[in-house]
Amino acid sequence: MKVRLVDIAHARSGDKGNIANVGVIALEPRWYPLIVRELTVERVAAHYAGAIQGRVERFELANLHAMNFLLHGALDGGGTLSLRTDAQGKVFSTSMLRLVLDVPDAEARALGLPAAP
Amino acid sequence: MSRTVRVGCGAGMWGDDLEAPRQLAERGRIDYLMLDYLAEVTMSILQKQRSRDPSAGYARDFPSTVAGILGPILEHGVKVVADAGGVNPRGCAEATLAAAAKAGKGGQLRVGVVTGDDLLPRLDDLLAAGHALAHMETGAPLSSVRDKVVAANAYIGADGPLAALERGAHVVVTGRCADASLTLAPLRHAFGWAGDDWARMAAGMIAGHVIECGAQCTGGNCLHDWRTIPDMANIGYPIAEVSDDGSVVFTKPDGTGGRVSVQSVTEQLVYEIGDPRAYMTPDVVCDFTGLHLEQASRDHVRMTGARGTPRPEMLKVSVAYQAGWKAHGTLTYAWPDAADKARMADRVLRERLDRLGLRFDEVVSEFVGAGAAHGAVTPAGAGADAPEVMYRVGVRSANKAAVERFTREVAPLVLNGPPSVTGYQQARGKVEEVIAFWPALIRRDAVDVKVEVLQ
Repeated sequence: MKVRLVDIAHARSGDKGNIANVGVIALEPRWYPLIVRELTVERVAAHYAGAIQGRVERFELANLHAMNFLLHGALDGGGTLSLRTDAQGKVFSTSMLRLVLDVPDAEARALGLPAAP
Repeated sequence: MSRTVRVGCGAGMWGDDLEAPRQLAERGRIDYLMLDYLAEVTMSILQKQRSRDPSAGYARDFPSTVAGILGPILEHGVKVVADAGGVNPRGCAEATLAAAAKAGKGGQLRVGVVTGDDLLPRLDDLLAAGHALAHMETGAPLSSVRDKVVAANAYIGADGPLAALERGAHVVVTGRCADASLTLAPLRHAFGWAGDDWARMAAGMIAGHVIECGAQCTGGNCLHDWRTIPDMANIGYPIAEVSDDGSVVFTKPDGTGGRVSVQSVTEQLVYEIGDPRAYMTPDVVCDFTGLHLEQASRDHVRMTGARGTPRPEMLKVSVAYQAGWKAHGTLTYAWPDAADKARMADRVLRERLDRLGLRFDEVVSEFVGAGAAHGAVTPAGAGADAPEVMYRVGVRSANKAAVERFTREVAPLVLNGPPSVTGYQQARGKVEEVIAFWPALIRRDAVDVKVEVLQ
């Protein structure tokens, strides 16, 4: 079953130099392990291919049912150099939530995951 | 019942809601009010203002903000800790005393001044003494941009503002102090926490991290369930109610809008952090991975479990340097085929810039309504049937004349480019100076923090 990350998580992002940070938080604690399993460094790097120049770092905050990602080379040189609308990386939060996950049907049903429309 | 101390945050940036400090001071039952004015780029703006006028260089709003809450300060004992001093904390303190005198409270207010973070006057001496101030990411020596430097400030910690509070200041004005240290200093003052009590230092800094962006933890910019956040027009600014054991309850003044939930606080906890096991600050290295949040009651979120390890020996330094010029222009294209028209305008403009022989370090074209916010992550074909698309183009160059000429090249597209174009009031943008940042480290003992109290 296809599950949209935007239906199972919320997020906030910001900047540090030329790095965007994206915090992803599970809407239900029982959905957190699935998010940790699916949002690998490789998956996130592929999602942002062409949008960021550097590597992806990934951290877990199981206590908050949250993950933190650092997207290096994401901000066109950094907040004041960048010519982009999102110079400070404020909406990397919702671009992360564009991810769509493939979840086995039985697991999706057991977890009560909302199906992608 | 054990004592709690309430710290409110009434400004998350310069330009934040002018009513927020009064809301907290008058209705928040707070003991301390912290106000954060300084983004990185603010320091270079203030340094430039000061180079033109030696009495300038601080947050000009601050003296009148303090004058507007002298009742709570002098009668109810609310103390104010703010980084409003910018690159001229003493000038800010003197203007604040003058504003108090004008309000009929001359001679009553004591204003603490914390200095020493400004390294610009000492920069050549520091370099000569072997402080390389190498770029934290690239390792390049500062000498490569030395002649373009416009500001250099160390991020100092809570020791300075704490000393000012201990000397009886009602209001403490700092320059570049770590935002969260403006919350930790009052807590150390109120509870007498030892500076090497790392768990409590971390609790105070994490409390500061949550409230330092103002309403961003009380329902502002909150993605979770955003449609149902009550009364956003009257949003409450945050209060950290802290106990001596380092537990914290986040809340907001009664009768205000917004929402303090586990989700609104979690969004702010993860905002602009790196490794959550080692969040670096001048006062302590914080570990977020043992934190526990629970909804204690409506609009009250309790946080426990902060852990910390000893503070770093190095302080972060933010050096600002001149890095050329930039400008933007925008045009709006209407349905049908708005995005295609905007993309054709972009091809035409770029060809004209080439024919004029203008060279830029960067030209960025965006199509607002067809993928500007999410860039390359936007699904293909998004915005194909948009009712309108804004073409937004920006350039950056060390050559100011090239950027000036660019600003003349967008508006003509209204008459000599693709059709159905409007919204050209912003076609000719202003040329702006580009300030870039050079993050570096310096040994703590090379930064000499000084505190005085003026009356």
